[in-house]
Amino acid sequence: MTGSSSASGGRLAVLLIGLGLVVALVALGALFLGSARVPPGDVLAVLTGRVKGVDQVVVLSLRLPRILAALLAGGALAVAGAGFQALTRNPLAEPSVLGVSSGAAFGVIVAQVFGLGGGLVEAVGIAACAFAGALVAGVAVYVIASRGGGLPVHTLLLAGVIVGIFFSSAITVLISVLDFDRLGGVVHWLLGNLGPIAPASLAVFAALTAVGLWLVVGQARPLNLLALGEESAQQLGVDAERLKRRVFAGAALLTSAVVAFVGPIGFVGLIVPQVIRMLVGPDNRVVIPAAVLGGGAFLLLADTLARNVVAPAELSVGVITAFCGAPFFIYLLRSRAPQAGL
Amino acid sequence: MTAPLVECERVGFAYASGAAGTFAIRDLSLEVRPGETFGVIGPNASGKTTLVRLLSKVLAPSSGRIRLDGVDVAGLSGAQVARQVAVVPQDVPRGFPHTVEELVLMGRYPRAPRRFFESPEDRTAAERAMEATGVLPLRLTLLDRLSGGERQRVMLARALAQEPRLLVLDEPTAHLDLRYQAECAGLLRRLGRETGLTIVLVSHDLSFAAELCDRLLLMAGGAAVRVGPPEAVIDEAVLESAYGCRVLVDKHPISRRPTVHLVYPTS
Repeated sequence: MTGSSSASGGRLAVLLIGLGLVVALVALGALFLGSARVPPGDVLAVLTGRVKGVDQVVVLSLRLPRILAALLAGGALAVAGAGFQALTRNPLAEPSVLGVSSGAAFGVIVAQVFGLGGGLVEAVGIAACAFAGALVAGVAVYVIASRGGGLPVHTLLLAGVIVGIFFSSAITVLISVLDFDRLGGVVHWLLGNLGPIAPASLAVFAALTAVGLWLVVGQARPLNLLALGEESAQQLGVDAERLKRRVFAGAALLTSAVVAFVGPIGFVGLIVPQVIRMLVGPDNRVVIPAAVLGGGAFLLLADTLARNVVAPAELSVGVITAFCGAPFFIYLLRSRAPQAGL
Repeated sequence: MTAPLVECERVGFAYASGAAGTFAIRDLSLEVRPGETFGVIGPNASGKTTLVRLLSKVLAPSSGRIRLDGVDVAGLSGAQVARQVAVVPQDVPRGFPHTVEELVLMGRYPRAPRRFFESPEDRTAAERAMEATGVLPLRLTLLDRLSGGERQRVMLARALAQEPRLLVLDEPTAHLDLRYQAECAGLLRRLGRETGLTIVLVSHDLSFAAELCDRLLLMAGGAAVRVGPPEAVIDEAVLESAYGCRVLVDKHPISRRPTVHLVYPTS
C-alpha cells in the first residue's frame, strides 16, 4: 500500500522534474527570442564562446541576466504567495493583494528620494528599505483585519486593498516631487520591469531570495497544521507564534527583494500556488517547493511575451501578469473561497 | 496505588481580555489516574474548555502547576506535551481541502517535528489509528465530503495517531445524532479497555458522561464543585445549585448508571 506521505514525496519529485524541464524549455526559448534578431546559430555560437561582439552582449549581458532575474522573481513571488496564504488561511492572499508589495515599493521610492542609486551597497540599502515598507504594510493589514483571533476573508482583502491604496498614493506624492527626468523610469519600474540588471545586483537579489526561501520552504509541514487553525496547530505542538513570525518575515523578504530589484509584479503569488494546488492538492510540502520552479517558469514566460508581443517596444511584465491574474482572482473569489469555508 | 498521570495543583487562569479579577479557572486541583476515564461536566463558561487548553499547553496557568506523569508541563515544549496529550476538538478545523489520510498523518507531527515527510512508521501508526476508528476506507476522501459522525472519527484517528497517553475529548457528542453518539460511546469504551488509554471527557451531556466515566468533576464558575464516582456527583441538589435549574436523577434501566432528566418549567 502506498501511504500519502510517500505519495507526497513521489509527487514532489515528479513535479520538480517536470517543472525543471518546463523551466529549461522556457529559458531556452527566452534565450533565442528577442527584438534584436540574433539567429539561433549565433546564439549557440555565443553560448559556446565562439562569437563576440554585439550578439554576445545581447545574449550574455541582456537576455541571460534577465532570464535569471525572471526565474528568481517568479519563484520568490510564488513562494511568498503560498506563505501568505498558509498564514492567513486564505487562498486569495498574495503580496500585491495584501498591499505588502505597495509598502515595499514605497520603501524603495523613499530610498531613492534619499539618493540611493545603483551601487552594490546601495542596492542592499534599497532592499532594506523595501523590507521595512513590506513589514509596515503587512503588520498594518494584520492589525486592521484581525478580529477576535481570526482573519475574516473579506476584511483581510479590504484591509489589503486599503493599505495598498494608501501606499500607492504616498508613492504618487513622492514621485510628484521627484526629478522629472527620472519619472519615466520609475513608472516603468512600478509596473514591474525585468529590464537590464547588473551582475552585482543579481547576486544580491539571489542571496536575499535564498534567505527568504530558507525561511519559508522548511516550514511547509507545520504550515499545513497552521492552515487548520491556530489552536489545532498548537495542540499538535506547533509553536504558532514563532512559525507565523518566521514565515511572515520570509514572505515579506521575498516580496521586498522582488520589488527592490524588478518592481512590484502582481498576481504571480496568487496564480502559481493555486494552479499547483489544483493539480496536486493542498500539501504545502509539495506546493511550496514546486512554486519555486513553477513561479519562475510562469514569470519567465510572461516576460518573454512582454518582450516580444509589441517588439521592438516592450510591455511591462506586470501588465501581463495582471491580465492573467485579475480574471483568475475573480474566478477564485466566486468558486473556491466559499468551499474552503473562508 | 499508582501515581497519577495528570496532576493539577491549585491551578488558576485568567484571560487577558477578561475583566480584572475574573478567573476562567481558579484554585483547581485534580488528579487523573492512568487508565481511567475522567469526565468534566459543568454549565457554560464554567471553565471546561479552558481546562482542555491548559492540559494541552495551548494556555499556561497564571498560577499553580500542572504535572504530566510527575513532570511540570511548564518545562516541556509544545511537541513534548503533544506526544503525551492528544485533543479531539469540538469542531473539525476547516481550511484547505485535505484528505482524511493527510489530516490523520498531521497527528504524527509532534513525534518528529523536524522531519519534512512522514516516515514509514508514521504511516503505519496513522493506518492503525484509522483502522481503530473505522475510517480506513475513507482515507482518500476529502474532509468536506464527510458526515458529522465521520468527521468526529477522523479527528479521533488524528489524536490516536499521536500515540498519546492522555486523550482529551472536548464535547465529542455535540454535533452527533443518536446513532453516532452510541458509536462514539462504544469506541471510547473499547479504546479505554483495550489500549489502557487515559481519557478526559468534557461533555455537556451528563448522562453520556455518567455512562462512560469512572469519575466525574463538576465545575462551576471556574472552580471544582465536586469530584467523585458518577453516583456521587450526579446528585439532584448538587446539579440544581450548579446549573440553576430543576433536574431529576434516575438510574439507567440497563447500565444502572445515573441519568439526568431536565424538569421543564410548566408555565
